[in-house]
Amino acid sequence: MTTEILGVIVTYGLTLLLAWPLGKYIAKVFNGDRTMLDFMAPMESLFYKLSGINPREEMNWKQHLKALLTINLVWFVYAFFVLIFQDHLPLNPDGNPGQTPDLAFNTAISFVVNCNLQHYSGESGVSYFSQLFVLAFLQFVSAATGIAALVVVLKALREKTTDKLGNFWEFFVKSITRLLLPLSIVMAIILAFNGTPASYKGKGSYVSMQGDTVNVSRGPAAGMIAIKHLGTNGGGWFGANSSHPLENPNYITYITEMVAQVIIPIAMIFALGYFIRRKKFAYVVFGIMTIGMLCLLIPTIITEVNGNPAIAHMGVTQPTGAMEGKEVRFGPAGSAYWSVVTTIISTGSVNAWHDSTMPVSGLMQLLGMMINSFYGGCGVGFLNYFVYIIIAVFISGLMVGRTPEFMGHKLEAREVKIAALITLLSPFLILAGTALSSYVLAHHPDADWAVKPSAWLNNPGYHGFSEMLYEYTSANANNGSGFEGLGDNNIFWNITTGFVLILGRFLPIIGPLAIAGLLAKKKYIPASAGTLKTDSLTFGVVTLAVIIIINALSYFPALTLGPIAEYLSLH
Amino acid sequence: MKRNKDNRLFPAELVKESLKQSFVKLNPRLMIKNPVMFTVEIGTIVMLVVTLYAMITGNKEQGSAAYNLLVFIVLFLTVLFANFAEAIAEARGKAQAESLRKTREETPAKLIQAVGEIFTNEIKIVSSSRLRKGDVFVCEPGDIVPADGEIIKGLASIDESAITGESAPVIREAGGDKSSVVGGTKVLSDRITVQVSTEPGESFLDKMIALVEGASRQKTPNEIALTILLASFTLVFIIVCVTLKPFADYAQTPITIAAFISLFVCLIPTTIGGLLSAIGIAGMDRALRANVITKSGKAVETAGDVDVLLLDKTGTITIGNRKATNFYATNGVVKEEFIRLCALSSLSDDTPEGKSIVELAGKDIVNKLSTDGASMIKFTAETRSSGIDLRDGTRIRKGAYDAIRNMAANAGNDFPAETLAWVQTISKNGGTPLVVALNNKVQGVIELQDIIKPGIQERFERLRKMGVKTVMVTGDNPLTAKYIATKAGVDDFIAEAKPEDKMHYIKKEQTEGRLVAMMGDGTNDAPALAQADVGVAMNSGTQAAKEAGNMVDLDNDPTKLIEIVEIGKQLLMTRGTLTTFSIANDVAKYFAIVPALFIASIPALQGINIMKLHSPESAILSAVIFNAIIIPLLIPLALRGVAYKPIGASALLRRNLLIYGVGGIIVPFIGIKLIDLVVSVFF
Repeated sequence: MTTEILGVIVTYGLTLLLAWPLGKYIAKVFNGDRTMLDFMAPMESLFYKLSGINPREEMNWKQHLKALLTINLVWFVYAFFVLIFQDHLPLNPDGNPGQTPDLAFNTAISFVVNCNLQHYSGESGVSYFSQLFVLAFLQFVSAATGIAALVVVLKALREKTTDKLGNFWEFFVKSITRLLLPLSIVMAIILAFNGTPASYKGKGSYVSMQGDTVNVSRGPAAGMIAIKHLGTNGGGWFGANSSHPLENPNYITYITEMVAQVIIPIAMIFALGYFIRRKKFAYVVFGIMTIGMLCLLIPTIITEVNGNPAIAHMGVTQPTGAMEGKEVRFGPAGSAYWSVVTTIISTGSVNAWHDSTMPVSGLMQLLGMMINSFYGGCGVGFLNYFVYIIIAVFISGLMVGRTPEFMGHKLEAREVKIAALITLLSPFLILAGTALSSYVLAHHPDADWAVKPSAWLNNPGYHGFSEMLYEYTSANANNGSGFEGLGDNNIFWNITTGFVLILGRFLPIIGPLAIAGLLAKKKYIPASAGTLKTDSLTFGVVTLAVIIIINALSYFPALTLGPIAEYLSLH
Repeated sequence: MKRNKDNRLFPAELVKESLKQSFVKLNPRLMIKNPVMFTVEIGTIVMLVVTLYAMITGNKEQGSAAYNLLVFIVLFLTVLFANFAEAIAEARGKAQAESLRKTREETPAKLIQAVGEIFTNEIKIVSSSRLRKGDVFVCEPGDIVPADGEIIKGLASIDESAITGESAPVIREAGGDKSSVVGGTKVLSDRITVQVSTEPGESFLDKMIALVEGASRQKTPNEIALTILLASFTLVFIIVCVTLKPFADYAQTPITIAAFISLFVCLIPTTIGGLLSAIGIAGMDRALRANVITKSGKAVETAGDVDVLLLDKTGTITIGNRKATNFYATNGVVKEEFIRLCALSSLSDDTPEGKSIVELAGKDIVNKLSTDGASMIKFTAETRSSGIDLRDGTRIRKGAYDAIRNMAANAGNDFPAETLAWVQTISKNGGTPLVVALNNKVQGVIELQDIIKPGIQERFERLRKMGVKTVMVTGDNPLTAKYIATKAGVDDFIAEAKPEDKMHYIKKEQTEGRLVAMMGDGTNDAPALAQADVGVAMNSGTQAAKEAGNMVDLDNDPTKLIEIVEIGKQLLMTRGTLTTFSIANDVAKYFAIVPALFIASIPALQGINIMKLHSPESAILSAVIFNAIIIPLLIPLALRGVAYKPIGASALLRRNLLIYGVGGIIVPFIGIKLIDLVVSVFF
């Protein structure tokens, strides 16, 4: 067990070690400084020329949003139609069928919004063409969208008074050419050498020792698995995601994938410090996020390592901890660490079944997604944290007797209104969605649908409730992991989560961008001794308190009926 | 603040009126301005219906009628308490303003009627309420000034104690910067002719009363932002409560309407919602108690944000006038003789400087002097010197260095080098040199020094800790100004200041994004007062100055700005801390109500009933009762404001977070438990 926990610590340490220089590098890239990847410039110029883009054209926050939303809409339409007609397109050696419209709707949206909810299974639900040119493609561009949005916000925070916030296309293209693509290539090579398939052949088959013929799906998977983690996407090549032996063959790939999924979110925080030239602020943000992560991680590891009390009651000892739904090669501590990291950042890839984890772990995973800003997804993690900061600045500004200011700009009714609306959005989407499904289940269990509501849940009671709560939480957080055990590939779930996905993605991007844009346009106020210092530890603690209070108040009753009731009943 | 002020928080007569108002304010059209309390009112009405239903039908599905009735009463009280908080704040503000207005009740006014050009102006006695703007009246010794106005002729000593509480009479005269008279004050000597400056009902005081009464009270930007935040919290809790119904259906747990509404009312920030407008009114009221009339609530709030404070040197930083501190005779002049000359030149000089010279010379010398047949030469702006011409033709002059130097040079006399050295030393040390000449020959220098007000350094230090930069404005030369600035501890100074320099300085600071406050009285201060973010005009100042500023200080006290800044900060802090407290309270309420809702069907939830409350009914009742009584308990805090301590923003934040944040989490656990011990006897 000590070795296992040591493995977790080493993996996290390695992440920090790599994230540090990467952060500096990211800041340089978006600052326009010289970097070693400047040889990509001609390729970027070619893109700009082909698309008729002038990357020097400065945009204000509204123009940025227009560009961002338009291109996302184009991708959605493209993805939707390819998924429906994939059976007529090339690169389909296994002859997988086209997706139903509702599934294609859900799949297209969930990949456009960096969620990867995956109501299909990779082996049978998509062709190689769709995997590569729709899903993996979207995994690149959706991550780049988040990063570009963050850069716009950072640019707004850095300047004193301006409405010129750089060029969206430049940020977007550079996110791919200078960051996601090079890292993905390195990672795909590591994965391929450790046994992840990278061929275009269809299913392979062998005869097992029992004499059965076993068909094994494969394909050009290594590249997608790389970007699925680096871009905090989480959508795996295979249905079983990173618990699949070909998707995550050994402990080396475990470490690689663990590091990959959290490295950019952490590096972005360091980059933020360099970019806006407020390193102390970045360290405080990083510190608070890390404390938040540890608060979720430590209880999870402890419960998983201690095993299932129900099994202990039967007199069975569990020297290896709770092993249901886990891979032996990763063990309970490693899986607990993965389950927390994948939920706090919005990856949502899994190496163990969250449905089988202990109630406390389920609670922590849910909280991680509800908060969605301890490191958080590519770019968007800090955007979510930014909204909490705005609320914290407002309340603590009042508490020190001064009109609240952030980075030298006064915070007024308009900004507070936007921040309040965004804060409101998550509880609304999660609770309303879960309420809707609970209602249908309680009042119309036998509705004459393709899949009857009474057949949705694998487990009754609290755990079943958690399954529904988890699904909407995951959709709202654009996380994409599932508390499986939920029959989610049907119209009800495809459509409702689809809408939660769209709203849960774009409004929390629009909000912070608008706030930052509005703030940047205001007069710059130099700091005085009476100004609240937002780079102090005190303020960091206030932000953490705001995060805890808002989430606790929003979700306490729902969590009580799910994991908390399950935990209390189990003990 | 010598005026008799009622500092009791709840004087009986105000309480009675406020209780009445609490019911009047139940009108939904008034309630909707406060979204948080409006939702509570709706909840109360629903509970009334449920209670009536339970009573009439005897149906126990929604709990017993008594229980429902109790919940209804507690909710109703919650609304009333919130209304009472607002009403008592209004009543106090109004009472304060009324006590000022009382001074200007019906008094006879000696109106001058301009009856054409042939006849002389005729004086007619009319009631003060009939005076209109532009009317002219006269006041003679013993008269009460019937209305606010500006002296257009004459000079009088006036007893303003009715307004300021200061018993020493003040001089007001036409033409200068001290030409305003205020209704209700008493003329002690001389006759003045006054032109009425405001229409009845439109004086600053009337405007202030209207502000307090709420008729023209507009929410300040911060108040709006906070209301939005509170409304969105309310929305979150609407979502939480509404979605709880299907969750409960799924868990097969029936939840009563009373429980739903109780949960909702407990969760929404009723504490701050109920006290929000009271806090705002109390802020203006506190300003009024400091004898400052504000023209808007926003002005008080802005005062809390001020970054730069412009203060006049004289009267604010230094005690009114300079005093003679030393005599320095030129080589070859006997010191005693020099002192005699100085005293002689100042004997008939009744300026404060002149008097202080005589004082410094001492009785021994002064008693031997005689000025029979001498003629006094007054100070004029052209000669910049004053003095005396004795009967024997001896001319003694004292004045500014360059004035005397020119005088001596014209007469062909040199300016002695060692005297020049003294002049420079005195200037460098912040003093004013006054050179004395006998028949155009320089005899020596008198040193005049500014006396810095005791305790002013500490006040500036306090301001510095608040993050406010202090700037001294003075007509002195830069050397003197620098010396006094350093000694008094101000951060910056404007020397040799002309009125437009203030304006430039304010504009410069504002373009750099800072908020500037200043105090002024003269007409030439008016543009700067208007430009400043917070302009405080002295009540003794000209009408133009009073119109330009956004506050009027009745005490004419130049250090009042410091108090105003603190009142502004207190106002914001009180809002912030009570919001934190209100939200933090929810943690305990959740632990009381959520287990109570589901314990019947999920017995395991006893594990989160950490307060060990007696029964679901008692738990819910205890939570709503706590939620209701915390409002009146916090009214004193809302009215008095949270104490401001200039200890730096981060330290202040930690302190308030500890008291109101952590305290806000702990207090309700104790409170609800205690209430439950009582309630559990019945439920």
